[in-house]
Amino acid sequence: MKLKGSDIIMECLLKEGVHVMFGYPGGAILPTYDAIARYEGRIHHVLVRHEQGASHMADGYARATGEVGVCIATSGPGATNLVTGLATAMMDSSPIVAITGQVPIPAIGSDAFQETDVTGVTLPITKHNYLVTDVRDLAYTMKEAFHIARTGRPGPVLVDVPKDVQTAETEFIYPEGDVALPGYDPPWSANDKEIDDALRLIDEAERPIILAGHGIMMSGAMQEVRELAERAQIPVSLTLLGKGAMPEDHPLVIGMMGMHGEASSNLAIQEADLLLALGMRFDDRVTGNLQTYAKKARKIHIDIDRSEINKNVKVEVGIAGDLKTVLTQLLPKLGQKSHPHWIRRIRDWLEDSSERDILNYETPGILLTAQVINDIWKLTGGDAITVTDVGQHQMLEAQYYPHQRPATLLTSGGLGTMGFGFPAAIGAKFGKPEEEIWAIVGDGGFQMTLCEMATAVQENVNVNIAIINNHFLGMVRQWQELFFEKRYEATPMVNPDFCKLADAYGIPNRLVTKRDEIEDAVNFARSIDGPVLIEFVVEKEEMVYPMVPAGADLHDMKRRPKPGEA
Amino acid sequence: MSNEAVDTKITVVALVENEPGVLNRIASMFRRRAFNIDSLTVGRTHKPHISRMTIRVDAGPEYARKIANNLLKLVNVIDVRILDNEPHIERDLALIKVRNDDTESRNTITEICDRYPARIVDVGPKVAIIEMVGTEKFLEEFIEEVRPTGIVEMIRTGVVSMGRGTRIHDTDYQRPDLSRAGAEGANGNGRIV
Ligand SMILES: Cc1ncc(C[n+]2csc(CCOP(=O)(O)OP(=O)(O)O)c2C)c(N)n1
Ligand SMILES: [Mg+2]
Repeated sequence: MKLKGSDIIMECLLKEGVHVMFGYPGGAILPTYDAIARYEGRIHHVLVRHEQGASHMADGYARATGEVGVCIATSGPGATNLVTGLATAMMDSSPIVAITGQVPIPAIGSDAFQETDVTGVTLPITKHNYLVTDVRDLAYTMKEAFHIARTGRPGPVLVDVPKDVQTAETEFIYPEGDVALPGYDPPWSANDKEIDDALRLIDEAERPIILAGHGIMMSGAMQEVRELAERAQIPVSLTLLGKGAMPEDHPLVIGMMGMHGEASSNLAIQEADLLLALGMRFDDRVTGNLQTYAKKARKIHIDIDRSEINKNVKVEVGIAGDLKTVLTQLLPKLGQKSHPHWIRRIRDWLEDSSERDILNYETPGILLTAQVINDIWKLTGGDAITVTDVGQHQMLEAQYYPHQRPATLLTSGGLGTMGFGFPAAIGAKFGKPEEEIWAIVGDGGFQMTLCEMATAVQENVNVNIAIINNHFLGMVRQWQELFFEKRYEATPMVNPDFCKLADAYGIPNRLVTKRDEIEDAVNFARSIDGPVLIEFVVEKEEMVYPMVPAGADLHDMKRRPKPGEA
Repeated sequence: MSNEAVDTKITVVALVENEPGVLNRIASMFRRRAFNIDSLTVGRTHKPHISRMTIRVDAGPEYARKIANNLLKLVNVIDVRILDNEPHIERDLALIKVRNDDTESRNTITEICDRYPARIVDVGPKVAIIEMVGTEKFLEEFIEEVRPTGIVEMIRTGVVSMGRGTRIHDTDYQRPDLSRAGAEGANGNGRIV
């Protein structure tokens, strides 16, 4: 059957199992929007208010479901507005496919109206991208795009489709079977020597630690990692994006690592004699100063991306492969081990940390972010999907909302994109309609994408928005307090009345200024089927501890003083 | 890292899909990862859909794996080899325009060219063009000899390399008659099998 390019795009999306796409129309993508109308009922299009929102929604959808999220925009400004979302997805290996309209082929290169070299612009922030110049290439290009986005180390793929390709007709046959890309061959399993080397190092270790990353969940290796940890009695430290890889109430889980990680985790990494890095990439936010990082430890690194191995940290055993596959090779040969002394040592560090915990402080008359987040955790049974923005509230979420299940904390880690949280939460809700979703956002970041409130209302998306309002770009203020002698340049904010703003959008809302108001407000939000906004007015000058200053040694943490120690 | 002064170079050979934009992707990777390209040549192979690049990078051997892995991440890059570890042939070609307007310079040039596998490919009353082929080092040696005579213009192709003997660097990949699923007469298989 002959179809127009626009309809071929829609047919391909159906073949790839897409039910929802997030986008914004414009001239160069209009033929495809005409097709979108014809496919309504099979593929739902969500009209966003800014294309950045569309890209974050596709990303949130992808992170929540593990499936490819789809966003669509017009040429020129529409496409450039996707850029932040693509870069965010790239850094956190989130599978999205972005479809952009382009000026007609004869106009390409002429600086035509709304022409931007989008494949050029997005080249370094996509896993791969395409400019389709012949309608006959469209179907297999779409197929390749989805394949590349979701396999190997996932990531964003952009398909730029000139307007005349959308209107041209050709016979539509969706290529069946696997994609044959000669230059695309993600590694899969380990060889025997690699497995034996890894086993030997594990066997010889007295103070081993697992560094559990995002890759565990993307590979679906949660059970294998747990088995490895339990059988060899290895404590597990989580990266920010690794939260959920193992239930945080598991006795072997010792908390998050890195700049704002648990002191116990960071100290354990520095004292360990073996790091087992699983699906993580030794980002500078988790290693601190590389010269002094885990100096006593030998290292095993398993990751699907070859180029990550020996990139930042030199390792004794580097295995490029799919984590679940590699661990399935390794586990049958792994014996029981125990490290009681080591685990006791870490326990002592953990105890010291809980003495310093802000929740154990008397804080009459003031509301702290940690209290808000911990109360939300309690009131949601610790079982919601939380989607954060970037800043202090993000780190406090990571510290005070323990996650039990995979893919229940969605956050922009690698790029640290303010404005991510709220739209990503909307996308997540489309992917997981049965889950309770909380967008936990700062007063700064929320203002970057708050226009999506209209989207949430138009689509009646059941997301709860918790604005942590400290009237500051809090995390930057923290750096100014610590490293710039409290010169608070460009961090205090005069904010709008968020509740009135919610009113204007027609979103039910509550204002919380005291701890004893939290419960009511959270229950109110949970009782409403649709978006709800709660503004929590918190202490202005909170600090997130511990903190490893950028570039400092991982053990060189600024800690909150113990009560009475001040 | 690689922008520190280094006196070592890595020779990378990459087989890539002969498609628009591939050179851009590769150059972009080197720029982004802060590797300095000393020279890069691209040319067709005996298979029309495969191009081959020889890339000389200013970096120590410890970066070879890193560069190869990052190249392999690119979807259009089919295969990568680091040639420094194996016996290989290396050729660079220079066209050198030299001053040629008196007997002394003419004699010097002829004399130097006799001692090297160099040819004078264009002669006029004022200037001559010399073509010289050889390894990078050999070429540089030659250029230094010619320099005092007065070089007025010069171009080099950059190094191309090939492993010696039966070290074949090729790919079996056959691009099927551009799948173009749905194209008249196509079966919709194309690159997808
Ligand atoms: C798009 C973007 N711009 C700037 C930054 C730098 N930045 C990191 S955290 C932060 C402050 C965030 O303030 P807010 O959203 O109020 O959250 P808080 O830290 O107060 O919880 C800023 C400006 C960023 N991460 N992203
Ligand atoms: Mg703030």
